[in-house]
Amino acid sequence: MPTPYDEMWEKLNLDLPAHEGLLQVLGKFYGDIYLSQEGRLKGMEYLDFVLSEVHGLRIQELQEAKARGRKVIGTFCIFVPEELVLAADAIHVGLCAGADIGKEAAEKILPRNTCALIKSFVGFKLARLCPFMESCDLVVGETTCDGKKKAYEIFANYAPVYVMEIPQMKNACDWDLWKAEIQRFREEIEAVTGRKITAPKLREAIRLVNRRRRVLQRLNKLRAAVPTPISGRDVLLINQISFYDDPTRFTDKMEILCDELEDRVKAGQGIVPHKTPRLLLSGCPMAVPNWKLPYLVESSGAVIVGEESCIGTRNTRDLVDEGGESLKDMLDFIVDRYMKIDCACFTPNAERVEHIVDLARELRVDGVIHYALSFCQPYAMEAFKVEKALQNAEIPMMSLETDYSLEDVGQLKTRVEAFVEMLR
Amino acid sequence: MHPEERVAGIDIGSRSIELVLLEGEQMVYWAQAPTTFDPLAQCRRLLNNQKAHRIVATGYGRMLLLENFNDREVTAITEIQAYALGARHLCPEARTVLDIGGQDTKAIALAPDGKVAKFEMNDRCAAGTGKFLEFMAAALQVSLESFGSFALEADKRIQINSMCTVFAESEATSLMARGERPANIAMGLHLAIVQRTIAMVHRVGSVAPVLFAGGVAHNLCVKFLLEENLRQPLIVPDHPDLVGALGAALHGKMRLL
Repeated sequence: MPTPYDEMWEKLNLDLPAHEGLLQVLGKFYGDIYLSQEGRLKGMEYLDFVLSEVHGLRIQELQEAKARGRKVIGTFCIFVPEELVLAADAIHVGLCAGADIGKEAAEKILPRNTCALIKSFVGFKLARLCPFMESCDLVVGETTCDGKKKAYEIFANYAPVYVMEIPQMKNACDWDLWKAEIQRFREEIEAVTGRKITAPKLREAIRLVNRRRRVLQRLNKLRAAVPTPISGRDVLLINQISFYDDPTRFTDKMEILCDELEDRVKAGQGIVPHKTPRLLLSGCPMAVPNWKLPYLVESSGAVIVGEESCIGTRNTRDLVDEGGESLKDMLDFIVDRYMKIDCACFTPNAERVEHIVDLARELRVDGVIHYALSFCQPYAMEAFKVEKALQNAEIPMMSLETDYSLEDVGQLKTRVEAFVEMLR
Repeated sequence: MHPEERVAGIDIGSRSIELVLLEGEQMVYWAQAPTTFDPLAQCRRLLNNQKAHRIVATGYGRMLLLENFNDREVTAITEIQAYALGARHLCPEARTVLDIGGQDTKAIALAPDGKVAKFEMNDRCAAGTGKFLEFMAAALQVSLESFGSFALEADKRIQINSMCTVFAESEATSLMARGERPANIAMGLHLAIVQRTIAMVHRVGSVAPVLFAGGVAHNLCVKFLLEENLRQPLIVPDHPDLVGALGAALHGKMRLL
């Protein structure tokens, strides 16, 4: 079926028939998982619209901005400081990699036992199915895990890749390393965009990104209410879309959604029956359109009230100090903020375990599901520590390992249902 | 609702379907059928002419029944809960349940009050389950029923390294080619299953007494090796494959009262 975007997609060198197939599957998935929900907020219509135009209108916006001389910078990790990208008047997009696409192509150049997220971003590129990736003037990788680190070396044959070195510990010398990396990134962004990052520009960018983090913090506070006023799926979607929508527009829309949510909370309205078990999801990021586990959980008689994940609280918990006057101070504050990220790539990373226990208590959850992508060593290993800490706090936890494929849905459903039965 | 009215529990597993009818606490009827490629037809056959006021389904096919038996009152629970309920009924002091079925292995820790405290399940691979034994028995040309006692005739213990059904079979084949006694190979295969299962039982705490259920509980060698490794006797009920169906029926009865 022809669409108004075909010409644009063709220019971006997408595989048009395969891309049409992808959009159809995505649309059906979205209908089953999202539109079938009852009692959704009116504000979710904006997100339905953004998602329906994910490869259409948003890409057109990017192309128009590019025509006016702005650059598009794609990232895969919340460590990459978006503030610097915005301060150089470039557009930042978080590339998603949440679908089982192009796996066969990816496995030709990657080992089979590579995590689904890495296979997915390589697969999207090789199968020519992601217009975001094709719009990028620079794709920024990072050294969070060995899989990603080595995959970027191969990926660099297909896309303009730049890699940031992420420290593995949090000592003073690690702070210095990260500071140096941020300096190096600043120079790279200035070179790619041809624009200087000035103090006023950076200040504006810091405020903008903080504003978006604040609205997501507000959302997380409101959704914690009992009875649960919004589904976990919807909150996950909001977090996912925050990575590629225009930050100002997105933030404004989410303020309106939060106002509506606040009214609902005040009225004591919930979207699930009284005493529905409340769960926290913790672990690996769930990128668009990876809604597999949230859907399984919420169709098994439980509701998700928190995401301890990069596409969740890990990305929104900490703000950059807005008190910096000079460019140097601002950069230092950015370094401080990003060094607080409690990714499993750090050692010993005790703060993540503390955050999970605190979050579970704050959200008054009945249980925690720890989610690791298969072959993701850092998160799979931390699952043991997390379970122990939660055990001491007398909060039940179940650990799951899965990927994007649907072959294990039956077994996963049995596990999730049994866990929910246990909590009732 | 009178407590003496009949409740059916049906456990739709990957290899077989079990039906249990309860009248009050009394098991008045039970039946078993292979799952085949048409489990729904098999369920209809089993339930045909059986008077039951309520049906509780469990096992991997539970949703099938829930979605297709519109003319009867059907609910569903997971195998985890069904085995926990069934095991506690048969052995009120049980604190751990081990169920090895056709393609799933489950270890369940029970709290002192009988509730599920923790559970472990094998992942999507069926290594270490009944299916593995079935393949290996066929490879050694021994019937599945006598595979356990056949393995117990071993005179030494060989380490089989691979737990993948395909690789284990080729390992067994090369052992045969080297002239190893079939009973010793069978023992090695049983050991491989037990080692994997033990890890799961330990992860849930392995508190005694342990009740061993599921079709593989019929296998004498698996039971023997499990007891040796866990250093405690296991309780194997008379009909270990009915524990899930019994638990499902008990759940239906609880809801009636």
